[in-house]
Amino acid sequence: MGFTSKNKPEAFSLTQPSKIEKFIPYFLIAPALSYLLFFIGYPLAQAVVLAFTDSSGHFTLAHIKYLLYSPESMFYTAFKDTLALAAVIIPIQVMLALGFSLLLSTNFKGREFALYAFVLPLTISDVAGGLIWYTMLSTNGFFNKMLMAAGIIASPIQFFGYQYRYMEFLAIVIAEVWRATAIVFVIIFAGLQMISKDYIEAAEVFGAGTWEKLRHIIFPMLKPSLQAALIIRTLFAFQVFGVVWVLAGRDIPVLAGEAYYEQTELYHYGVAALYALIIAALSVAVGYIYIKMFRAQYLEVGR
Amino acid sequence: MVSDVVKYYLRRVVFYGLVTVSVLWILTPIVIAILYAFSTTHDYYSPKVVIPTHFTLKHIQELLALGAGPAIMNSIIVASLTILFSFVLGLPAGYAFARYAFRGKDSIKLLIIGLRMFPIIIIAVPLVTLYIRLGLNDTLLGVALAHTSMALPFVILITSSIFAGVPTELEEAGMIFGLSRWGAFLRITLPLALPGLAAAAIFTFIMSWNEVFMASVLTLTNRTLPAFILTSAMAAPDFIKFAASFIMVLPAMIFVFIARRYLIAMWGITLR
Amino acid sequence: MHVVNVRLENLVKRFGKTVAVNGINLEVKHGEFIVLLGPSGCGKTTTLRCIAGLEKPDEGRIYFNERDVTYLPPKDRNVSMVFQSYAVWPHMKVYDNIAFPLRLRKVPKDEIDRRVKWAAEMLQISELLDRYPHQLSGGQRQRVAVARAIVVEPDVLLMDEPLSNLDALLRVKMRSELKKLQRRIKVTTIYVTHDQVEAMTMGDKIAVMNAGRIQQVGTPEEIYLKPANTFVAGFVGTPQMNFVDVTVVSEGGKSYLDAGDFRIEVSSDVAEALKDYEGKGVILGIRPEHMYPIELAPKNVKGPTIKGVVDFVEALGSDTIVHVRVGSKLLVVKVSGSHHFTLGSDIVVMLDISKMHVFDKSSTKAII
Repeated sequence: MGFTSKNKPEAFSLTQPSKIEKFIPYFLIAPALSYLLFFIGYPLAQAVVLAFTDSSGHFTLAHIKYLLYSPESMFYTAFKDTLALAAVIIPIQVMLALGFSLLLSTNFKGREFALYAFVLPLTISDVAGGLIWYTMLSTNGFFNKMLMAAGIIASPIQFFGYQYRYMEFLAIVIAEVWRATAIVFVIIFAGLQMISKDYIEAAEVFGAGTWEKLRHIIFPMLKPSLQAALIIRTLFAFQVFGVVWVLAGRDIPVLAGEAYYEQTELYHYGVAALYALIIAALSVAVGYIYIKMFRAQYLEVGR
Repeated sequence: MVSDVVKYYLRRVVFYGLVTVSVLWILTPIVIAILYAFSTTHDYYSPKVVIPTHFTLKHIQELLALGAGPAIMNSIIVASLTILFSFVLGLPAGYAFARYAFRGKDSIKLLIIGLRMFPIIIIAVPLVTLYIRLGLNDTLLGVALAHTSMALPFVILITSSIFAGVPTELEEAGMIFGLSRWGAFLRITLPLALPGLAAAAIFTFIMSWNEVFMASVLTLTNRTLPAFILTSAMAAPDFIKFAASFIMVLPAMIFVFIARRYLIAMWGITLR
Repeated sequence: MHVVNVRLENLVKRFGKTVAVNGINLEVKHGEFIVLLGPSGCGKTTTLRCIAGLEKPDEGRIYFNERDVTYLPPKDRNVSMVFQSYAVWPHMKVYDNIAFPLRLRKVPKDEIDRRVKWAAEMLQISELLDRYPHQLSGGQRQRVAVARAIVVEPDVLLMDEPLSNLDALLRVKMRSELKKLQRRIKVTTIYVTHDQVEAMTMGDKIAVMNAGRIQQVGTPEEIYLKPANTFVAGFVGTPQMNFVDVTVVSEGGKSYLDAGDFRIEVSSDVAEALKDYEGKGVILGIRPEHMYPIELAPKNVKGPTIKGVVDFVEALGSDTIVHVRVGSKLLVVKVSGSHHFTLGSDIVVMLDISKMHVFDKSSTKAII
């Protein structure tokens, strides 16, 4: 389609737009917009309030103090672990997603089936993903049984339990890489599809091998998609909760998990709100960094 | 030249190998999880039995007995309500974006996309206090409203592109032949958009079905399935967990089968 | 640039059930400009892509100077290609686009600079080197594509309908420019198009293709004057050649081609060539430009005449096209210059007997 939203002719141009007609789009959008603004604006404001007021409504820094200094607060660990998980998982996912996208960019027998397979995890929740990998990695799970039956190991590898925290970390990484790569894949794949085949074929004809094709043609033209994918993925990564809870409980504290715990177990609404605000701040900061990082090299990609 | 041919076929072999490994990597855990969900405890504990051969429904039944049944019902109710609310609010907005050019269109669109970026945690946590005041705490309606705020941007963007895909000429033709604008929408645009809308509805269902944080925070006794699993099922023995994973994954599998073609297009559009 | 012949041997390429290329045998000599001409879907582009290495043939072989390149990836074939969409990379400046093939071959920097400037000069885009593709017009982008293609001095230059996206005036201009360019750098060139005017004006040789097969290979004159079958005869030349079903009849020592609505006498040589078709049906072919209203026929043209009625007239200024109705048949006559013909009036048309073609009805091959 050659139309963008900017130069698409206004619909219903059969008659001159009457006074009311001008406002119709606003009427149509207003309910949804106000709903969103309320449901997001209000909690946002409320979160700030909760974080900095005590139960009698007075301004207080008690929650912050609790967060930073209380021996029960797992803030530092949670912060560190959340970032660690993101730092490990996201690069792996981006590379895998790129690899899958490139594999699927050519036509071959069974391509549609492979596509469905790669896209399948999109619909699996992180809790379900965690549970599936629990099935795979538990003491009597598939992975261990297979290795034992093949004689590679004598007793099962322990992935879970507090003393195996590092294994739990690994299990979470595996589960998340398995499940959430699809999200990155879909964006990058769509972006790859949009690169006209001619550009890549021209590179092939003029002497580019696989690596050169990637470096000079595909990567530069994928930058917008990569940027979008990274932003989305990182934002989600900071909110990681279900899969960690399912596989490691509080052995590996994460920011969202702590928020949940403080909220539902300890009823420390203020602290929970603080966690929420920190996650939001992190997201905004990282989003900003990504946009700056990509804009510097972002070149207008023509049609 | 012989080596040319060999190199060519070698590349093909490596290529197909990579594809096969990748596909197996994705599919195997799902298959295993399903198999294990139904395997007998005997098979499960025998170290020699890598792939179970005996099956039972016992674990599923135990899971349901534990309280998964009501949880599933709750999830279905919440998801259905979410679809209802988000479509009632979002469809008109999507139509407006698709058919009208108006001042501030791009900014509003950007705002909606930006709102979607907010972590749900920061929405859920303060909502609790609000809900307590409104009496919505621990209600399915409350969860549905929260889910709607999560799903709404998606629904707006998706319905917008679906409607944009229906050529305006068709509506205009309808209006020339006597339909009002509303009539044209009802009789021409809507039927044509229906497949896409159906896929969007299913996807919204899945989003709500999978959502765990808000559901866990906002409910206590009326838990949805993910919330239920998070709290009650975690303490249960392993095979209960396997059964749980199966039940959670089942709608996803069905959905992917039904709406395969739309999946990529939808996610690709919304996440841009 | 070294001598490169291209040879295609029994090339076959299928896409699912469709056979796009169905047994192509072709030889292109060094320095030749050969045009693959044919309608959409005839397999010409697929053939070109096989030569480039972008498609792998299902059967057959491709040779560059007797070296089997069938399985070589494109980058190892030292070919260049001008794509129909130009495929000028949008994120690189014009200079970098042209320099790209050289950079990949690790050519030293100053050599790259020299060659890029040379190619740009050839295509008259030297002032555009610092711009980005989206700042250029379609015609300029096309020149960038061509410059990029010649900068490496390829063994084979491939062009896939490079002029089809240009407007008519530009197209005419670029036709001659491309041909002159090819003459200067003397590279073996294979050019794909559906436009027979392009083919006729640019090609040293033309390979007319249809339904995956080569119908005829020859110089533009051969293709025009001696088409091998009805397809080639009908595809080249505007307006299209007149085809009439006729029966070979001999009567009273003379031979005729009887169309029912009219009959023309043929010479004894022609009758001799047609002796196996006595009493049978054949197809008579005569080009509109080889038919003349009798009063306008040049003096040296001799041939049988046909009486008809003026059905329709197209005045093009440089030529006049007259549609003549003869009974149930409609013949098209092309007259040079501007002439007036009254609709419905009687007209006598003379056929240039020396330019007449006869085709076998079932095989469509030319007999004469």
